[in-house]
Amino acid sequence: MSTTIANLNVGEKGIIENIPYEMVPLKLLEMGCLPGKEVELIQIAPLNDPLYIKVNGSHLAIRKEMAQLIVITKRENLCETIKS
Amino acid sequence: MRDHQVIKVALVGNPNTGKSSLFNQLTGLNQKVSNYPGVTVEKKTGTAKLSNTTTAQIVDLPGTYSINPSSIDENIVLQSFLNAESEYPDVAVVVADVENLKRNLYLFSQIKDLEIPVILAINMSDQMKKKGITIDIDLLKQELNAEVLLISARKNIGIEALKGAIVNYKKINTSVIADIADRIDAEFFNKVKATFKEVSLYKAWLLITQYHNFSTIDHQLKIQIESFRKDSSSLKKMQNRETILRYQYINTILNKTYTVNVDEATGLRYKLDKILTHKIFGYIIFAGILMFIFQSIFEWTGSSMDFIDASFSQLSEFVKEILPEGVFADLLIDGVIPGIGGVVIFIPQIAILFLLVSILEETGYMSRVVFLMDKIMRRFGMSGKSVIPLISGTACSIPAIMAARNIEGWKERLITILVTPFTTCSARLPVYAIIIALVIPDKRIIGVFSLQGLTLMALYLLGFLAAVISGYLLHKVLKVNQKSFFVIEMPNYKLPSLKNVLFNVLEKTKSFVFGAGKIILALSIVLWFLASNGSELYENANAIVKKESVNLELSEDELNQKISSYKLEHSYIGMAGKMIEPAIKPLGYDWKIGIALLTSFAAREVFVSTLATIYSVEDEDNEDTIKERMAAEINQETGRKRFNFPVGMSLLMFYAFAMQCTGTLAIVKRETNSWKWPLLQLFGMTALAYVSALLTFTVLS
Repeated sequence: MSTTIANLNVGEKGIIENIPYEMVPLKLLEMGCLPGKEVELIQIAPLNDPLYIKVNGSHLAIRKEMAQLIVITKRENLCETIKS
Repeated sequence: MRDHQVIKVALVGNPNTGKSSLFNQLTGLNQKVSNYPGVTVEKKTGTAKLSNTTTAQIVDLPGTYSINPSSIDENIVLQSFLNAESEYPDVAVVVADVENLKRNLYLFSQIKDLEIPVILAINMSDQMKKKGITIDIDLLKQELNAEVLLISARKNIGIEALKGAIVNYKKINTSVIADIADRIDAEFFNKVKATFKEVSLYKAWLLITQYHNFSTIDHQLKIQIESFRKDSSSLKKMQNRETILRYQYINTILNKTYTVNVDEATGLRYKLDKILTHKIFGYIIFAGILMFIFQSIFEWTGSSMDFIDASFSQLSEFVKEILPEGVFADLLIDGVIPGIGGVVIFIPQIAILFLLVSILEETGYMSRVVFLMDKIMRRFGMSGKSVIPLISGTACSIPAIMAARNIEGWKERLITILVTPFTTCSARLPVYAIIIALVIPDKRIIGVFSLQGLTLMALYLLGFLAAVISGYLLHKVLKVNQKSFFVIEMPNYKLPSLKNVLFNVLEKTKSFVFGAGKIILALSIVLWFLASNGSELYENANAIVKKESVNLELSEDELNQKISSYKLEHSYIGMAGKMIEPAIKPLGYDWKIGIALLTSFAAREVFVSTLATIYSVEDEDNEDTIKERMAAEINQETGRKRFNFPVGMSLLMFYAFAMQCTGTLAIVKRETNSWKWPLLQLFGMTALAYVSALLTFTVLS
């Protein structure tokens, strides 16, 4: 199921499918946010923005507007599937 | 020792990798801080003895994630490896954090591709066991084709081995690490190779992509570079492709050499994050820390500042006794000594603020504050990263404005730079203190809150409000077409290292004292000169006053005082004060206060010492006598006290808003590279100050 990082709930993970290179800074990629990498939403700031994510081993905070551009496939959380 | 060898070493690395710890470990106190030519980025250099015949000259470059810069500080790294011929390092040491090895290797791969000797120092290796990390060092060395060492700068592990590796730098393989040019765009890079024969391919690529970051490039090279820069969007595509390929390459290597057992990784980070960035507790904790900072700035520094104050007035007395009377003694006693005292008195406050801020940065908490505050600050045209300058601004705007550098968006950075001088810096304190003491009654409200203390707090709030509101206005008015973006690393929590924190405080305080000190000292001397020279009337003051007061039967003291005030009125500075008197009269000030306002445009804290000089107080640094003199000063027109409630409040408003600091103006000019912004600050803030002082005075009187 394709969605964006901005639509993840805290604790959910996904695999990055597509990054619109024209619209994001090189720095984001250089810090490890790359297609094919797993991304996890760790925390959302109190006013719903920015987002605190873990991607490719890096812990980063990015704004929602940028997170909305990064397309991911949601990975169903195995543990939660087992529990329910 | 003829054959003594000096090796130039550059320390490079991501932020939060313990690079500074390593630098401190290697150089100890043999370090100094200067500025890179043309920019205000601090350059930390130091020396370390490697062996009996070898010394290392080490440069600690600013922390960066990539050689492609996204700030002035990071640009220094690029410049060091590409431009500066004379300071070109013999060997680069890339400091990496064992936990974030992947991202650190990205920078390493770029430096290695410059085809210079590189050593990879994997720091914090003492944490490996706790974090469940294992590394096959021999295989990693082989795969990277480079020198790799495990070190722990804090625990002093592997430092000797690192020194040994630096001594033997000539043996290090300098081949490129990732031969990815062909896979990015073979045709393009073959052309680059054919055009730039003198430099390595990666260097040529950096010259092309980072063209705008170079100030000095000769004409021939410029034409060559421009021929490759026609299609900027395809250049960016190639850069993205390069990044992906580098990470692919690093992943392949790390899959073979690096394992991490996730179960052993401690969850402390997540537990702390849950609390520190919680939607209620997060703000409560942040507010608590802020209150603690302000509390300590005022509570812990009172006695040491009194001590400094007293020491300088004693010094003046002492000099007065031992030196024969004359111009030189006057210059020392009335110009130089109070001038230096005016700088030294701020050291306790500045040192404490730097201490607390650098502890917060070392622990990793600052990034959480940025995360918490970003959304709020954005409404006012700023970024979460603006919080750090706004807090530091309570000590001094100069380092605070420099701290705005890591804000990526130009508009957000510009607004932060423009509004930071509204925060109540420590130079406003002496002015506030003396005026509050004069016009606000020493009473308590509901038994606990001191009215004077509350006034001071209100002035702090007023400063923050002015900063935030003007940020909001600038946000609406300024049109900047550059897109802002925001990426910040959330580093792991660490216990601060005492050594790093102390070195940092020492260094920052030193640069403040010498930077601001020069201006204040120079100004005190100029002021002294202007106050002790003047027109013919000044020269003949003795005769004129004696003639005028011949029938008044004054004592000798009274006569002398009359002479001094007459002299002041006709000195150069007095004439200047008289000249602006019509403009400031509506605010409730006379020409004497006018002089203090004028001199305050160099630095606010000069206000008190100027008034002290003007009211010809014998003992300049004794606040009581200055205060008494000010309290006794009579408004000639009304016959009442000069410093009454309306005048005092009007002065407080003026000092809260006016842009009176040449140091800040100079730094804003350098940071924004234009006179437009400092002039906007100077006129905008001062106009606001004038209008609010006028309103205050008119309403209250």
